[in-house]
Amino acid sequence: MLTRLVPHPLLTILITVVWVLLNNDVSIAQAMIGLVLGLLIPKATSAYWPGRPRMRAPLVVIEYLLIVLWDIVVSNVQVAYLVLFRRGDRLRTRYITVPLVLTTPEAITVLAGTITMTPGTVTADVSADGRALLVHCLETDDPEATIARIKTRYEQRLKRIFE
Amino acid sequence: MHPLSEALIAGLILIGAFFLFVGSFGLAKLPDLMRRLHGPTKATTLGIGSILVASMLYFLLVRGQFSIHELLITIFLFLTAPVSAHMIAKAHILRSPGERSALPGTGGKVGWATVDENGS
Repeated sequence: MLTRLVPHPLLTILITVVWVLLNNDVSIAQAMIGLVLGLLIPKATSAYWPGRPRMRAPLVVIEYLLIVLWDIVVSNVQVAYLVLFRRGDRLRTRYITVPLVLTTPEAITVLAGTITMTPGTVTADVSADGRALLVHCLETDDPEATIARIKTRYEQRLKRIFE
Repeated sequence: MHPLSEALIAGLILIGAFFLFVGSFGLAKLPDLMRRLHGPTKATTLGIGSILVASMLYFLLVRGQFSIHELLITIFLFLTAPVSAHMIAKAHILRSPGERSALPGTGGKVGWATVDENGS
């Protein structure tokens, strides 16, 4: 009964929060309008969202966000250094293959996005069976270390969050 | 306006402007498409981020009101930047045979989704 009324609880919360942020006004009235929208929109579109992504460990999300934010700052400084002080054609640029242990599409999408936002790496493609990511490194002399860093720093936490 | 908050906001805007400049400069300077992608996807996020923090601080310290639009801009930026970078990379791989032959293997039986004929 509850799952029919509220097919996607997380989406409901997300729509409510985004509505309040869009109005730039934290008040009960706006939160109520947001909540009504958050209940109606997932209900009206639930036919297109058959699956439900599960969150196993919501608190790890906060830890993950802080780590990613810190890495974004570090990666910006690193890329700025490479762009300003190194000749573009001398950079040791290469593709690496990152094998995945994650299986759900949501987790893989978040991992791909994280890789793009963090130090010197851009996700270029996913393998046709969804079990490896193609990552482009701007500057690396040790591809194995880069892969290990991605796996321990991001993938293990995502595994705890989503699977 | 307190000089300290003025200095803080000005400093954040300058840091933002610097990283935005580096991102655009990298886009112009680096030699090929895949390397050029690194400039705008990263250097600009910190650039925009620090200008948005400056904007929040301005409204908080100078106007005395709390502005949260900036958080929303940050979220949308973090959602869209990796997706557009990914689409550009996929289009590049699909369109240039030289790039395709330089790709490493997937470690499995199938190829990369962009070039694999049986891929989903």
